[in-house]
Amino acid sequence: MQLLRNNIYAQLGIFAFVYLTSTFFIDDNYFRFVLSTVPIWAIMGISWNIFSGYTGLVSFGHAAFFGIGAYTVVILSMTFGISPMIGIPLGCVGGLIGGILIGYPTFRLRGVYFALAMLAYPLTLLYIFEWMGYQEPTIPMRTGDEAFWHMQFENPFYNIVVSVVLMSLAIWVSHKIHSSRFGLSLTAIKQNEAAAESAGLDSAKWKMRAIMVSGALAGLAGGWYAALVLVVTPNSVFGMLTSSQAMIVTLFGGVSTVWGPVVGSLVLIPTSEIIQATVGEKLHGIHGVLLGVAIILMMLFAPDGILTKLKSLVFRSNKHADAGTPEVTVPVRDDTASKRSLSSEIMLDVRGLSVSFGGLQAVADVSFQVHKGEVLGIIGPNGAGKTTLFNLLNGFIPASAGEIIFADTNLVGLKPNQVCRLGVGRTFQVARPFSRLSVLENVIVGAFAKDADDETARKHALEALGRVGMLGHAEVLAGGLNSLELRLMELARVLAGRPDLLLMDETLAGLGADEVEIMLSTLNHLADQGQSIVIIEHTMQAMVRLVDRFIVLNHGSVLAAGEPAAVMKDPLVIEAYLGKKWVNNAEH
Amino acid sequence: MIVLENFFQSLIAGLLIGSLYGLMCVGLGLIFGLMRVINFAQGEFLMLGMYGAFYVFSWFGLSGILGPVLAALVSSLFSFGLGWIIHQFLLSNSTGRAVAGTEGDGHYQQLILTLGVSLVLANGALLVFGNLPLSIRTPYASQAWELGPLADDGMLMFFFNQARVMALLAAVVITGATYLFISRSRIGKTLRAAADNPDAATYMGIDVTRAHRISFSLGVAITAIAGGLVASYYPFQPYIGLEFVVIMYAGVVLGGLGSIMGPFWGGLIIGIVQQLSALVLPMQLQNGTIFVLFLLVILFRPQGLFGKNVERV
Repeated sequence: MQLLRNNIYAQLGIFAFVYLTSTFFIDDNYFRFVLSTVPIWAIMGISWNIFSGYTGLVSFGHAAFFGIGAYTVVILSMTFGISPMIGIPLGCVGGLIGGILIGYPTFRLRGVYFALAMLAYPLTLLYIFEWMGYQEPTIPMRTGDEAFWHMQFENPFYNIVVSVVLMSLAIWVSHKIHSSRFGLSLTAIKQNEAAAESAGLDSAKWKMRAIMVSGALAGLAGGWYAALVLVVTPNSVFGMLTSSQAMIVTLFGGVSTVWGPVVGSLVLIPTSEIIQATVGEKLHGIHGVLLGVAIILMMLFAPDGILTKLKSLVFRSNKHADAGTPEVTVPVRDDTASKRSLSSEIMLDVRGLSVSFGGLQAVADVSFQVHKGEVLGIIGPNGAGKTTLFNLLNGFIPASAGEIIFADTNLVGLKPNQVCRLGVGRTFQVARPFSRLSVLENVIVGAFAKDADDETARKHALEALGRVGMLGHAEVLAGGLNSLELRLMELARVLAGRPDLLLMDETLAGLGADEVEIMLSTLNHLADQGQSIVIIEHTMQAMVRLVDRFIVLNHGSVLAAGEPAAVMKDPLVIEAYLGKKWVNNAEH
Repeated sequence: MIVLENFFQSLIAGLLIGSLYGLMCVGLGLIFGLMRVINFAQGEFLMLGMYGAFYVFSWFGLSGILGPVLAALVSSLFSFGLGWIIHQFLLSNSTGRAVAGTEGDGHYQQLILTLGVSLVLANGALLVFGNLPLSIRTPYASQAWELGPLADDGMLMFFFNQARVMALLAAVVITGATYLFISRSRIGKTLRAAADNPDAATYMGIDVTRAHRISFSLGVAITAIAGGLVASYYPFQPYIGLEFVVIMYAGVVLGGLGSIMGPFWGGLIIGIVQQLSALVLPMQLQNGTIFVLFLLVILFRPQGLFGKNVERV
């Protein structure tokens, strides 16, 4: 059982064996044909799932790739006499190129806009192919030895075998994605794109990869579909039904799972065909009604899909077993260790950084330096431009003037994921977890920035969790953490990418007094180990026990800088914080 | 001269059909544009509006030039009720406050649920009504008011199909009424608040679920009226919804999500483009032009031609 759960090859072997054996008990030619189309829709479902399931960008237009694959095979066979054996792989390539061409302009759109744009592509293609005179192109029949080479098998069993083989390929691809950084990165991007970007994931690149793989698989399904049915029409391949079938089998079976689309297709396609063949002849439309009712009931009672529902029923008991809240372990600071040694080496050199929104100069000509091994606190009243400064540093907002020199590179103009991979990590004022991933997975995503290998990433993630005392939480879903745990997890996520410089945005905000202590001692511990940190806060008390040096921002520019004690006595700082009246009080 | 005449005649045809596209888009705009509920069954609601108007028209033995309009209006009461029931029993758990802020805002469930509803309605209609094309027959569908000739040589003669002109007038009046209702009335303001921010609206004491239900039912009813009006000169069958659903979405996006009048202009433009493109392009590409236009707008101006704000990250 354990073997079956983890070994994709064993799963595929057993599935193919059962599926193929069961076809021997069916001697109706029509149902044999149905059995050879079930895997095609499973492939379409898998294709849709790899893109929409993982990226969260709903595509109404997977028919575009299916149709490209189908027409590639038919046109090559009809015009040049090229076998589908060559045509199908070319259809795959066609789907992949289609993915790039569609993805490139469309990824700028979000949410419903993306979904609707995708709707338009296959329909546009539909009319273009109709206009080009491909209303009903047909693959010519072959005879004798030629027939086999052209995949026109006399024995319908061969068709089923080809279908199952292609579907197994698709399942294998899906499994590879699911169990690697490909799937995890996409899931992270789906759950919080900004956090994923600043954790070093190039979201544009991953989405593009997803639509390429997805397009290729849909092209594969379309190509083999054409070779199987021999006749295609623009409506049968580019029509709405193709796209919705791909969505329905996936969402019915279970989105973001490897086997969901397969299960959905196994249940829905034969059922609908059986209804059609039995009562459909007499009662026109009954099969659509029943299918519709089944889908509606499914969504009402198992909205995450049948596979997910079954899983939760089977594994429910396990979940209750490991109840009990894990504790955060607080690192004990070694007081005997030598005070952290400040190096004169400059790590970050910010020169004249400015940005304005409309008429408001949010950051004006800010210059400062961060030394290696230093903890620099940036403080200032609300609206002083602290977070905007961080957004400039890590590339969320383009600077209008100035330079950010880090490791001999100017960071201005780089994207957040590039900044991260150069070695500048950041956390957020409002924690941005990937809520539906486990704590460990959250942190692994952070490790991807530096580790090319998934195992190493996992190792470094565990290490980072240990450093913040969160090892006990590794398997907990991030959505269930309290605010201290969220802060610590975010810290671990950044640490896993082993940044040279850590930017922390109001890490103490919203924490209780005890929790502030835990956070401070964790940060002090990191600093003692030589980690350079820039931290934003608007309260000074806690910060005094952490930082080596302060910069005070007010109205977007640097008001004062220096050792904590000196800064706290600076009349300008007191005025900015408390008003003129207190400056006089402080002097006495 | 003949070119000019063809141009104007196509423009007239575009305005006539476009106003009906506009009205159906106003209905979808309430559901999709305002509440962001993806509803794939909207084409089927349009289709049911056609059958509803047809049966009201023949059962009550309506006649006269206002007959079809009256039939469409009466049958829309039924559509409103159907929308209410569908929202109450199917959609209320995957829309509005129930899913605010969740992954995908419940769009997956809405997508599949409404696809299911669309399958049931289209095939149920086939089961009940059969697949014979029907249309509401009045003498006005084949009569036209004439204008011109405006040129001395007998050219520039224009024809206005009477049934279509009545449908246009009805569409304009209903769109205007909807606009006033949503922007001025107390209920309308409630609906907009509930759509804009379900949580904040709840804190202000608005029953968000009920507001959503009203918007949804209203959207269904308005699209159904458009269907009834189309039926006064266009033959229909149970699967006709598919023909229109994409046009509706294109119109809503073209006009801009979140506004009431935007979708109307969007639908109108689609009608005009569709008819004018027939002058220069082959028949098969006529609908293709709509989608190309739709794609261009969505890629370069995703807030729509008349929309104000863009969705941000």
